[in-house]
Amino acid sequence: MVIAIASGKGGTGKTTVATSLASVLGPNGRLLDCDVEEPNCHIFMNPELDTSVAVNLPVPVVDMEKCSLCGKCGEVCRFSAIVLIGDEVLTFPEMCHGCGGCSLLCPEKAIAEGSRLLGVVETGYSGAVEFVQGRLRVGEAMSPPLIKAVKEKIDPEKINILDAPPGASCPVITTVKGADFILMVTEPTPFGLHDLRIAVEAVSVLGAAMGVILNRSDIGTGDVERYCKERSLPLLMKIPHDRTIAEGYARGELLIDAAPQYRERFVDLSAHIAELVRQPGESYVEAAS
Amino acid sequence: MRIAVSAMGRDLDADLDPRFGRAMYFLILDPNGTIEEVIENSTNMNAMKGAGIQAGKILADKKVDVLLTGHCGPNAFKALNAAGIKVAVELSGTVREALERFKRTDVKFAGGPNVEGHW
Repeated sequence: MVIAIASGKGGTGKTTVATSLASVLGPNGRLLDCDVEEPNCHIFMNPELDTSVAVNLPVPVVDMEKCSLCGKCGEVCRFSAIVLIGDEVLTFPEMCHGCGGCSLLCPEKAIAEGSRLLGVVETGYSGAVEFVQGRLRVGEAMSPPLIKAVKEKIDPEKINILDAPPGASCPVITTVKGADFILMVTEPTPFGLHDLRIAVEAVSVLGAAMGVILNRSDIGTGDVERYCKERSLPLLMKIPHDRTIAEGYARGELLIDAAPQYRERFVDLSAHIAELVRQPGESYVEAAS
Repeated sequence: MRIAVSAMGRDLDADLDPRFGRAMYFLILDPNGTIEEVIENSTNMNAMKGAGIQAGKILADKKVDVLLTGHCGPNAFKALNAAGIKVAVELSGTVREALERFKRTDVKFAGGPNVEGHW
């Protein structure tokens, strides 16, 4: 099973939820930090990382000796990563998405594959929990191919927890695509609701079951809860704004360690999600706080 | 000599468009100020990425010798440079004024990009 944790708005508690949920699963769990631009699950999980594998993207390298200046490579490229200018074929490797269209279409077979380093995928263990994270190379702008490389470490025999980046753009879609369940973590503020709406709209086409966790549930307004009711999104947990939790977070502690009464609630959460995956279509559920 | 000017309109009294890659139009002039060609740049204006590269390719394909503009980023400069197009930057006012300055050799030719990418 694959459970993706997303949010829309940043800073709502995705990592807090992902790390505690993965931890209560023990040897049945595998945590994959897909927020490759700034992975932070490791701060709470303290994994021992024993492998680090570089992930590269193929980029074009042109042999001008063979090139007949037909320009087909530049015409097919949607990203202007390769372009015929005068009697020279220029490449812009940082613009390349690695589709391979240019080399495929080159009638002279003048385009070979070079590579651009995207980042690394690191694996290890945090106690009994298997831990995977991607780290994007500083200066690299394109994260989806690295996120896909992280997702290759999904183990179908386990419960895989994917910590998604914030937002609702390509990196988020790449992360949540194929998940059995998408858990949205939000907060009851106008910002939380605004970005939740966008994220829910964006991922709902994927057809996965969804649920919501309301963090800092005792601040703000009731608009998020009303929205969940309207959209028939089950509200699976409320986490109040609690100084003990915030202090634990600031020390790099798991929520279930800073506030041990949550351990049982996260065990229940994983069971509840498993149930929703088996029997989708459950409507709004009032969460106990 | 073919002189390209990034412009907000289609004639000599139009304002120079300070953006190169996402300029509204390119006017191609001869040194006497005769408009030889007006190129609409709408595709690049709305491009997600690579506007400067594609605009550079357009001018290269049109066999332009000199570009008069405001700002030129690194990828656009690389494309223009490969085409041997000299790039005069930091110009403003109308197309006519830019051309007059160029003819007085009162322009600054860029030896590299004068702004960051995605300016």
